[in-house]
Amino acid sequence: MKIRATVVGDSTEVRVLMSHEMETGQRKDAQGKVIPAWFIQNVVVAHNGKPVLNAQWGTAIAKNPFLSFKFKGGAKGDKIEITWVDNRGEKRTDETVVG
Amino acid sequence: MQNTRRKVLKAGGGMTLYALLVAAGWLKPGDAAAQAWNKSAFEAKSLDEALKAFGAGSSAQSKDIAFVSTPDIAENGAVVPIGITSSIPKTEAIAILVEKNPSALAAVFEIAPGTEPAIGTRVKMAQTSNVYALVKADGKYYAAAKEIKVTLGGCGG
Repeated sequence: MKIRATVVGDSTEVRVLMSHEMETGQRKDAQGKVIPAWFIQNVVVAHNGKPVLNAQWGTAIAKNPFLSFKFKGGAKGDKIEITWVDNRGEKRTDETVVG
Repeated sequence: MQNTRRKVLKAGGGMTLYALLVAAGWLKPGDAAAQAWNKSAFEAKSLDEALKAFGAGSSAQSKDIAFVSTPDIAENGAVVPIGITSSIPKTEAIAILVEKNPSALAAVFEIAPGTEPAIGTRVKMAQTSNVYALVKADGKYYAAAKEIKVTLGGCGG
C-alpha cells in the first residue's frame, strides 16, 4: 500500500493506493471459465488508533484501488494505520506517519 | 459477555464467524478489528434492490451533494474517478451506486465524526450510466445523480 498523509490547514488529507486485482467475477479466462471474484471488502483507516473511516467495497471498485479523504485534526508525526480485508479473508495492514 | 466474546473469537476467527456474531447481535458493526459487509446490498442486481437492501427505501434529491473531479465522459470504464462531497450536516455515510453495473452498489464509506464528508476513489463502469451518490445524514437518506458516458466498458471479458 502506498499511503500519503499530509496536514492541510486544520485537517489531514489521506491518499492511499492499494495493490489488489479486484477481480469482478464477471470475466472469463482463455478457456471460457469464469474467473472467481476476488476483491477487497472492508477498509479501515485509523488515526492514532481511532477509526476515522470505514469502507465497504464491492467488485465495482477499480483494480489497484485508490482512496482519498480528509479528517479534522491530526498533526505531523501522528500514526495512520490502514487495514483491508478481501473476500478470501486475506488481510493487509500498513501504517505511515503524517508528514 | 466480554469474556465469552473473546473466547469465541479466539476459537474461530475469520470473517464468517464474525458475520455470524454480527447477525446474532453479539458484535456491533464497526468494532475495531473487523466489520460486517452488507452482502445483500452488494449482491443486489438492480439499483432499487440495492437501495432496499441498504435500508434506503426513500431518499430525497439533494443539491448539497456534489460530484468533484468526476468526468462527464470516461474513456476507460475500468478506471473512472469519482469524488463525492456532502455539505449535509451530520453526514454518517456516503455510498456510490452505478445504475447499469451488474451489481449497482460500488462502495459504502462510513464517515466517523470529525472526518470530512468528502471521499474520492475510482470505480469500474460496464457502460454509460447514471452514477448515484447516496448520503445518509442524521438517519435520513439523500441522493444525487450524474450521468457518466463510457466509451470502453470496464467489466466483462
